[in-house]
Amino acid sequence: MTEVLRLEGLTKSYGATPVLKGVDLTVRRGETVCVIGASGSGKSTLLRCVNFLGYPTAGRIYLEGKLVGREVTDRAGVATMRYRESELCAVRAHVGMVFQQFNLFPHMTVEENVMIAPIKIRGLSRQEARKRAALHLDRVGIPEKAGAFPGQLSGGQQQRVAIARALAMEPAIMLFDEATSALDPELVGEVLLAMRKLAQEGTTMLIVTHELGFAYNVAQRVIYLHEGTIHEEGTPEQVLVNPTKPRTQDFLRGVTTFRMPEPRLGPVDQASTSKGA
Amino acid sequence: MPYEWNFAIVLKYLPNLLEGGAHTIALSAASIALATPIGIVMGIIRQQRIPYLAPIAVVYIDFFRTSVALVLICWCYYALPVLIRVNLDTFTAVMIAIGLQASAYMAELVRAGMQSISPGQWEAARALGMPGHTRLRYIILPQAARRMIPLFFLLMVEVVKTTTLAGVVTYPEIVYDAFRVATEIYRPIETFTIVGLICFVFLFTLGRIALYLERRFAVVER
Ligand SMILES: Nc1ncnc2c1ncn2[C@@H]1O[C@H](COP(=O)(O)OP(=O)(O)OP(=O)(O)O)[C@@H](O)[C@H]1O
Ligand SMILES: [Mg+2]
Repeated sequence: MTEVLRLEGLTKSYGATPVLKGVDLTVRRGETVCVIGASGSGKSTLLRCVNFLGYPTAGRIYLEGKLVGREVTDRAGVATMRYRESELCAVRAHVGMVFQQFNLFPHMTVEENVMIAPIKIRGLSRQEARKRAALHLDRVGIPEKAGAFPGQLSGGQQQRVAIARALAMEPAIMLFDEATSALDPELVGEVLLAMRKLAQEGTTMLIVTHELGFAYNVAQRVIYLHEGTIHEEGTPEQVLVNPTKPRTQDFLRGVTTFRMPEPRLGPVDQASTSKGA
Repeated sequence: MPYEWNFAIVLKYLPNLLEGGAHTIALSAASIALATPIGIVMGIIRQQRIPYLAPIAVVYIDFFRTSVALVLICWCYYALPVLIRVNLDTFTAVMIAIGLQASAYMAELVRAGMQSISPGQWEAARALGMPGHTRLRYIILPQAARRMIPLFFLLMVEVVKTTTLAGVVTYPEIVYDAFRVATEIYRPIETFTIVGLICFVFLFTLGRIALYLERRFAVVER
């Protein structure tokens, strides 16, 4: 499989405080990787570095095999990365990001939210963009909301529009930063189902989540991030069920103290996953 | 002895007063037309902290915000023509003075409007790969403009009020005309009552329009 994203020694500090301390990670095409970890372990920081909403302090990021930025060596022989804003815009246009808070554009309809970037950045005509918006709104299961304004939608619907908006740029990889954490519990499911459907369709995804059940069932690989480093990494079975590191075990014990067997998913699940697949 | 009101005589001069009103509106409109583009540009420069230009914008804004309108008007009328070696009529001189001062307020409105847009909006636009100007043009400014509507109309009202200072350089706006009418017919009480009413009706209508626009372009938020 071809690699879509590779991080080498990714480091990020806020002032003197290191948050990421050399993260190495490769995501291959079609792969779904889930990142778990305690609050403050640097999960958001990691995602934000990947699409340069935050700038890495050190380390290299390769997108589709190409190094982002230019490495320069100063007189003392220290290598640092230089980034041009125009290049970063192009990188961001190829990396889809879904935020915890949705961040839809409230002054535009759902359809316009999905169309704006393809039109303004990819140069699509309105007609093409509208077709593309319809396609991706259908993928996330809300084709009928095209004309609504974000404020008229439930949180779950808003988040699915946000996913469609990112998908419409046909990114090489999708990033999700706790996409369901701001949702009421009963709305979490519909968003997770939409994400699982994307995974099944072969979308490359890097997902920060606290939904361990989702990670277990959907991810090919799970990463446990601890204090800015990848502490444990492997298949969901290895990391979530049989973790070898004590810290991972502690973390999992903390978040899975009370567990139920997974509910059997009935016709509702079937309906919303088969739609437009 | 009770005062004997006589509005009839003032009403004969109503055309004069209305003409003054028209001058006031023309001067206000021209000042706003000058202030708006400058204000938008200055506001964006300041909010975006554009290198080299931002400090200039800060000085510009602070200078015009803190200067006295009456002094500015007199200065633009008497001193500016000497400096630029062009004769300015009263209309142009006052328009420059009021327009520049209003542009400073406008700049602050624009800046505050932009800053009121949540960081999430800026980030979402950035994350889609939008370069700075696209971000401003399609995401930030349209939302900021909606929020600015009430304050923008407040500024318009302030500009209209400020134009009544133009009489000091003999520009025949409504209050200047009112003085002339009042002294001619010795009826200042009635004259200024009428003028007050005209101003009230005009500004009140403006306020209603603002309210309508505000509702019309309101964004459903939650
Ligand atoms: N802009 C910032 N300035 C300074 N410190 C920051 C900033 N953003 C994040 N941090 C710090 O970096 C650390 C990692 O933050 P990050 O948001 O990446 O954690 P996280 O793993 O996403 O946590 P959560 O699960 O709470 O979202 C935290 O200790 C946080 O306080
Ligand atoms: Mg986070």
